[in-house]
Amino acid sequence: MKNQADNDLNDLSYEQAFQELEQIVEKLESNQGTLDESMALFERGQKLSQYCTALLESAELKVQQLNPAAIPDKTEKSL
Amino acid sequence: MAVASRNFLDEAVDTLNQARYACAMQQGTLFSSISLTVGDVTHYLRELLDSDEVLRDIWVMGEVSNASTPASGHLYFTLKDQTATLKCVMWKPQAMRLHFPLRAGMAVEVHGGISVYEQGGQYQLYADAIRPVGEGALYQEFILLKNQLESEGLFDPDRKRTLPEMPAKIGIVTSPTGAALQDMLNTLKRRYPLAEVLIAPAAVQGDSAPAEIVAALQRLNRIPDLDVILVARGGGSLEDLWAFNDERVVRAVAGSRVPVISGVGHETDFTLTDFAADVRAPTPTAAAEMATPDKTDLAERLGQVTLRLTASAAMKLEGALDDNAALRRRLERVSPLWAINDQRQRMDDLSQREILAWQNRLHSLRLENTGWQQRLAALNPYAVLQRGYAIVSTCGGQVIHSRAQVTPQAELRIQVSDGAFKARVTETNSGGEK
Repeated sequence: MKNQADNDLNDLSYEQAFQELEQIVEKLESNQGTLDESMALFERGQKLSQYCTALLESAELKVQQLNPAAIPDKTEKSL
Repeated sequence: MAVASRNFLDEAVDTLNQARYACAMQQGTLFSSISLTVGDVTHYLRELLDSDEVLRDIWVMGEVSNASTPASGHLYFTLKDQTATLKCVMWKPQAMRLHFPLRAGMAVEVHGGISVYEQGGQYQLYADAIRPVGEGALYQEFILLKNQLESEGLFDPDRKRTLPEMPAKIGIVTSPTGAALQDMLNTLKRRYPLAEVLIAPAAVQGDSAPAEIVAALQRLNRIPDLDVILVARGGGSLEDLWAFNDERVVRAVAGSRVPVISGVGHETDFTLTDFAADVRAPTPTAAAEMATPDKTDLAERLGQVTLRLTASAAMKLEGALDDNAALRRRLERVSPLWAINDQRQRMDDLSQREILAWQNRLHSLRLENTGWQQRLAALNPYAVLQRGYAIVSTCGGQVIHSRAQVTPQAELRIQVSDGAFKARVTETNSGGEK
């Protein structure tokens, strides 16, 4: 279970992870749910926070150049 | 005048013919020709032009390009229209009297005479007066197209889409060799290295530029999860930026499935692409900035959310522990003895260790909170001042954290969010624990 949860963390973009973290905090602050639920949320939130921190600290811009596009011929067959 | 010049021309032609004839006689044949020097021919042409009534005193209308004023103070420029160009020069005394700066793209009327610059082997207009005629032809073309596209609704504000806050994939349409690309990549690296950048290279000036820009936009639009496209070019003359006023380019930008940010030229340059884009940035660098959040801001927001996370978890835990204790006290007070004993035993069995465990967690959560607070403080030491806190220091700059550091009458410096002021200690009290 735990491993699975960690794995799906790696697929999240920074934005997704941060949004989930914000939702968790809002849920926790609304103070609903049992203690156990809250602690589970907290743990998930903690992982998301660490994941986001790691992304921010280690990210390097990926740059890719597409090949120059072929300019469509003016004498196209379609009409 | 006309007669005089006719006579002069006739004379010149006669001179030439005589020279040719004399030479032919000498060599014994009428058909061999003699060579004139370059200087002779050029001088002849000059006299020919100078003697022409029309060319001596004319107004010429055209569009200015390549205006330059070297250290000499003379003004050199080219007049052009759709079919031809004409070199012009205005000497310093007249150039200094011009009431407006001559800029590329301006439509002007120039007065002067046409003659030959013999050393350069070119004819040119020696200008003595210049006056603007309305707005330049290019500009008029621009206005016409702008009005047309505007009436079609291409520039409507409600067509503009909001940009994604944190784009994962960013497309760039620009010249692969331009400085604009490096500026944008550096900005993205610094602000938001989380992104992936796809560069669709295109010429950004010249005849092939519009078609290449359109093709690059189309290619990027075929990438399904692309979040935003930057269409950019560094500064240049009006003509250099002209591709971004091309109807094909403007329509492609307006029709892009992916939101577009334009960053063409400098702050003062406006192109039709800017009007069609979802967001107009004044420069390529600004376009990259508008496309992305700043890493430092993200780190601060993350810190704040994480602080709220641990704080709310700690509160929840604290509440639960309090409830537990209260419940136990109520039980002791209200329950019949047998029940008390029974419950007490269950409590002891079930909860004692659990409570200890929770208390330990609460303790570690508090530690964690402090850790986050410190990290946040490191990120932005002055943010806290805006919430009404102040930093008190001696006038020597030493921060006060203890009563022992001050004596009555000592002068202190109080730093608040928008500045600092001085205050004097009137008395000191012990205690003060929160």
